Amino acid sequence: MTEPISKEALRTDEWTINMGPHHPSTHGVLRLELTTDGEIVSKARPSLGYLHRGLEKIGERVAWAQFMPFTDRLDYLAGMNCNCAYAWAVEKLAGIEIPERAEWIRVLVCELNRISSHLVAWGSFCADMGAFTPLLYGIREREWVNDLFEMVCGQRLTYNYARIGGVSHDLPPGFLEKTKEFCDYFEPLIDEYNRLITYNKILVHRLKNIGVISARDAIEWGLSGPNLRGSGFAYDIRRAEPYSVYPKLDFNVVVGHADRGTLGDCFDRYLVRIDEMRESVKIVRQVIDRIPDGPVMAKVPRVFKPPAGECYFRAESPRGETGFYLISDGGTNAYRLKIRTGSYMAMNIFEKISKGVMISDIVALIGSFDIILPETDR
Amino acid sequence: MKTLSAQEIFEKLKGKFGDGVVSLQTESVNPPFAVVPPGSIQEVCRFLKEDPDLLFDYLVCISGVDHKDKFAVAYHVYSTEHRHRIGVKAMLPHDNPVIPTVDVVWKAAIYLERETYDLMGIVFEGSCDPNRILLPDDWEGHPLRKDYIYPEQYHGIKI
Repeated sequence: MTEPISKEALRTDEWTINMGPHHPSTHGVLRLELTTDGEIVSKARPSLGYLHRGLEKIGERVAWAQFMPFTDRLDYLAGMNCNCAYAWAVEKLAGIEIPERAEWIRVLVCELNRISSHLVAWGSFCADMGAFTPLLYGIREREWVNDLFEMVCGQRLTYNYARIGGVSHDLPPGFLEKTKEFCDYFEPLIDEYNRLITYNKILVHRLKNIGVISARDAIEWGLSGPNLRGSGFAYDIRRAEPYSVYPKLDFNVVVGHADRGTLGDCFDRYLVRIDEMRESVKIVRQVIDRIPDGPVMAKVPRVFKPPAGECYFRAESPRGETGFYLISDGGTNAYRLKIRTGSYMAMNIFEKISKGVMISDIVALIGSFDIILPETDR
Repeated sequence: MKTLSAQEIFEKLKGKFGDGVVSLQTESVNPPFAVVPPGSIQEVCRFLKEDPDLLFDYLVCISGVDHKDKFAVAYHVYSTEHRHRIGVKAMLPHDNPVIPTVDVVWKAAIYLERETYDLMGIVFEGSCDPNRILLPDDWEGHPLRKDYIYPEQYHGIKI
């Protein structure tokens, strides 16, 4: 007869292992230092900076207008939102009024970009959870948006479309018709996505009750965008601190409502993104109907020198609040340019909520925050 | 919900701290800044967060600014309840930029302060995580300072 196994022989050890920086489900070059005992994570500490390019320092060394292409590289899935946020910030600093049509165009492209960004977020999140088909669907519909953006500015990823004082080109002929066609095509597809995967039993069980964040904690830790709204707190900068023509538009602020599990879990954050695409389509339709004619660029001097001053501007990007803190000393380039991004703040709470989850849930957490690494590292 | 103007918020701060709050900076600044001495930053922030008329529960951003002869730390705060906002600013000497941490008031400060320390070299005293974040731990210098000297190489790798 074999001896009973002693307690000592059965003891488990804590291991420290690296997840990333090259790992398919970390959405880029994120490295997590996991301290695990078997499958249970006792600590997951994010290690950022693999994509740090010193954008803030570059911003101090190039002219105000020259920084525009760099904002595309801030969040490559939502270049239009970053473009426009920067342009709005500089215009606020310099007190420039931009033409009405340019405002409407910016809102139009921002919302289209929000749809395409959420599509990738949704697709890659599902792929992380083991369902590969949604990614193909998401990329397929994103092509439509890319085609539209190619019509408007010639680029499919890094748009460089906004200008200080307006936008670089007016909408080409046939653009609004094609956008309307896209809306008609896309809106029923959201229901198809829900039938395809959203209420799939496996997905729901992977996501519900995982990574629960209360609204109070979300605010305390500085979450923003869909991550904060997933906790059931209706906070959207387009409504809370309206900018551009958003006050004239009719849309709802989507919040999580504990659809399957606990309020503020991964599934709520997932659903917020799905429902936000509907709201964005709603906004796009209104813009198509109401966009006025007129010029798309204000008169801005070629050598652009905003008066000395400071301003903080924030805009609602697909990944939360994109804020620019700009300081001008009256020169041709910024004295200080600070960028605050949603993904960076989402990593802040990561260490706290990843205590005691399984390693596979870490993947669910990363996907549910929809982080993008160029934005965290800048 | 009762939205207060920056002037009203400043009056409340003045009423609570008297000379502990130096001035309100409104000239070509948006949002206006209440300038406070670095030593009282924790008390000011706690008051901003907890006073029922202010309730600044959301720390939006912390930025360090190098003014060549001194440093500034700018805090942008927002109230989700009252929907008002204000900036708080503290000026630090250039040779020894040290300021108490506010991560005891808002947890959002942890990463924001780490970034400010990493890139600007402002030390947040009492911080629960006083480490670099974007740059490697053994990096020399703080790149966003105006007098930063670009290194030639890092561990033998030409930059």
